[in-house]
Amino acid sequence: MRQRGLTARATAVAVAVLVTAGACTVQRHWGGGSSAGSGSKAKVGLVTKTDTNPYFVELRNSASAAAKAQGADFSALAGQFDGDNDGQVRAIENLMQQGATTILITPSSSTGVLDAIKRARESGVLVLALDTATEPADAVDATFATDNFEAGRQQGAYVKAALAGTAPKFFMVDGTAGSTVDTQRHGGFLKGMGLTDASPEIKGKTPANGDQSLAQQGTENLLQRTTDINSMYTMNEPMGRGAAAALQARGLTGQVVVGSIDGGCEGVQNVKSGELAATVMQFPKKMAEQGVTAAVEYAKSGKKPQGFVDTGSVVITDKPVPGLKSQNSAWGLQNCWGGQ
Amino acid sequence: MTAATVTQSAQPKERATLGEFFLRAPAVGPALALVVAVAVFSIATDTFLNLDNLSLVVQQSLVVGTLALGQTLIILTSGIDLSNAAAMVLGTLLMAKLLVGGVTGIFALLLGIIATALLSTVTGALVTRIKLPPFIVTLGMLTMLTATAKLVAGGQGVQIDDGLLTWLGTRRYLFGGIPVTYGMTLALLMFLGMWYALTKTAWGKHVYAVGNAPESARLSGIKVNRTVLSVYVVAGVIFGIAAWQALGRVPNADPNAYQLGNLDSITAVVLGGTSLFGGRGSVLGTMLGALVVAVLRSGLTQLGVDALYQDVATGALVIAAVVVDRLARRQR
Repeated sequence: MRQRGLTARATAVAVAVLVTAGACTVQRHWGGGSSAGSGSKAKVGLVTKTDTNPYFVELRNSASAAAKAQGADFSALAGQFDGDNDGQVRAIENLMQQGATTILITPSSSTGVLDAIKRARESGVLVLALDTATEPADAVDATFATDNFEAGRQQGAYVKAALAGTAPKFFMVDGTAGSTVDTQRHGGFLKGMGLTDASPEIKGKTPANGDQSLAQQGTENLLQRTTDINSMYTMNEPMGRGAAAALQARGLTGQVVVGSIDGGCEGVQNVKSGELAATVMQFPKKMAEQGVTAAVEYAKSGKKPQGFVDTGSVVITDKPVPGLKSQNSAWGLQNCWGGQ
Repeated sequence: MTAATVTQSAQPKERATLGEFFLRAPAVGPALALVVAVAVFSIATDTFLNLDNLSLVVQQSLVVGTLALGQTLIILTSGIDLSNAAAMVLGTLLMAKLLVGGVTGIFALLLGIIATALLSTVTGALVTRIKLPPFIVTLGMLTMLTATAKLVAGGQGVQIDDGLLTWLGTRRYLFGGIPVTYGMTLALLMFLGMWYALTKTAWGKHVYAVGNAPESARLSGIKVNRTVLSVYVVAGVIFGIAAWQALGRVPNADPNAYQLGNLDSITAVVLGGTSLFGGRGSVLGTMLGALVVAVLRSGLTQLGVDALYQDVATGALVIAAVVVDRLARRQR
């Protein structure tokens, strides 16, 4: 009996030791202590929304590679899910605790972590927003991101031109209702189409939280209402694929011009195979590289970047339209999310 | 009084094996894990063992720790609450919306707490009056409350800047060199109050008794339904206070926040040695359980361990805690 009790306790201790000491180290090459602005080594911390979404994995890998190339220390943390403000605050606190000189963050919501960002900046840390701007924008030192309104506008302009004069009849598959990026792309698309939210040309809208299966479901439901459409807005490529699957099931592939935004390699592939007519590519690699370069400069000279730095967006399509600059899918595959 | 005799006689005072020890003091396991984890991280990193960081770790555990306090009460009655974090998130949104709408901080706070208490009362009523399984009721509640929070928010987080509502996170003082927030102080007071209520009052003994063996509790004169309902009401108030703690941490009510809060609170309770079958456990264990998770997250992060491996570690620890519980029980 006594033996058993001991076994139980030994198990507990062994497990505690194993899990605390035995796990592997990923994505961290942190050096000794230093401080910013004195020609010292940059310590760059990256906080993404999650660490499972391929987009953020690309952002993280690019930042890590850039840090390595520029001789900066690098550490990457993330929230557990989109909207995990508490997790991002925790990440900021932990990076400060480790003496980061610069924190690069893709904020989960535009306002959720402002308080923690303020504390970090007050203690002398350079904070740069990547991909998603904060509200107000000057809550961070600078923002390196896609101009999402412009990306949406390009998608709208493409779809309008591709319809070649036919009156548009379309569905809109939105992301998370109310999120900054969603609102900007949605508004940009309508601007590109020359329409507004009240336009009768919009035959239906569905929010799909950026999720492929929700987008498919939502589009299927909208198609129950009417199949008399000739175009679609999708807020990102996974949702574009969901919408395309719903269209295919109805035998509408090829009759509907589906536009999207993101520029992931899989999305470009969807353009190549015709599920998407066009996608607007953004460049997370550039965001990461420019952010790290600014961090290294800050550690060296104390110089801080300012304002909004647009990392650009490019229309990818194999059916170019007159009057709109675009690249084909071959170029897209070479450059998806900023290059291989 | 009768209840006291029931619980006392349930544990015969024979020779104490290690198993008995774990049974009587389920907080020993998490305390041990906590000590080991702190020791390991203090040796393995040069950033973990300092007063600022230890204070941070406690601050990081407050929201889940408070949720887990209410969860402990419910699990002690052999129930479970899957909707507690959703109720809390709805609470933060109500408080923030009321505040933005011009209501003063103190009323926004009280109305938010009353709202979460009422929601939990509804759950309690469905469990005790209509005899629905708590798992199912709170699953339904989870879905409803999550959607309601999104409706209330209109898809947008609500930024607040109020002294009282963010007070728990922003106000701090030094206690023997350790930065202590008001949130930490409140959590300590809640813990002490709950410890007293559970161990020193008739109500507390009733809670254990109805979780252990509802039928014998009923036969010994305890009003089982009323006791269980009271637990849900108290837990609801605690979830409202968790909402206050959450606004102290992040002064922004976000309908998408704390999606894993319900499971995190259950993790803390289980790591704290409270039995999921009810009737056995302690709030001390729960507090330690919440701290163990926060220490693991902080320490492993500072060691540079990927968050996904941290989840693997936490999950393994939960299973280990249940294994210890089982082995200890087998001793009897």
